[in-house]
Amino acid sequence: MAFLTDRKRATGMGSAREGTNRHWSMTVNSYGLLVLIPLFIFTFGSVLGKSHEEVTAYFNHPVPALITALTIWFGMMHFRAGVRVLIEDYVHGFNREIWIIVMNCVSYALAVTGVFAVLKMAL
Amino acid sequence: MADVNRGNRPLSPHISIYRFQLPAITSILTRITGNALLVGAFLVVWWLLAAATSEHYFALVNGLITSWFGDLVMLGSLWALWYHLLAGVRHLIWDQGKGLEMKTAEKLGWAVVIGSVVLTLVTVVVLNGGM
Repeated sequence: MAFLTDRKRATGMGSAREGTNRHWSMTVNSYGLLVLIPLFIFTFGSVLGKSHEEVTAYFNHPVPALITALTIWFGMMHFRAGVRVLIEDYVHGFNREIWIIVMNCVSYALAVTGVFAVLKMAL
Repeated sequence: MADVNRGNRPLSPHISIYRFQLPAITSILTRITGNALLVGAFLVVWWLLAAATSEHYFALVNGLITSWFGDLVMLGSLWALWYHLLAGVRHLIWDQGKGLEMKTAEKLGWAVVIGSVVLTLVTVVVLNGGM
């Protein structure tokens, strides 16, 4: 460790030259969710509490199926980026890496499961 | 230089000495609601998976999500979703370099808090009236 120069030790600890891109992709994602979330609230909300038959029939229609699938996918990608910043703010060292990996897995698992379930009913 | 001890220096007090203010509260609530929505997202995905799997499985998850406790979680998630959306809009406005003056920021904060409650109530009324 003592053989590393200060500059070398700092490399990768601060700006990794992707901060702007992260911020921008979160911004683009947010504008998309701004449209999707209200649509999702009222489509999902209108079918929550109905019978199994009604629910599967509802998601057999393309519009609610697409709204739900898109919202779950981009919502979970939004969560993935957001929770990463949370972890980077409060968790340090090796635990940080573990938490980021775990939350990445959770985000993708929920996103894929949700889209899979919707597609299964839609197709 | 990088090995200088940074741990034992006296630090100037920051968050702990200030009275909690609206911008601080609304800011941390954005983070809390956003991350807490994982619970709601999990329930929604589980419910969809159950619906796609079988009637029996659906009855179990649907019973859970529409129980009084499930209703409570869903209502909380609904508010969190509206709150996070409005607070997100505030961030998008701030990103344009607008609304950063103290007075405007304060107003935007109240708009987020009050707006989220109003939108939650409107949603509940609309969805229950439509049934």
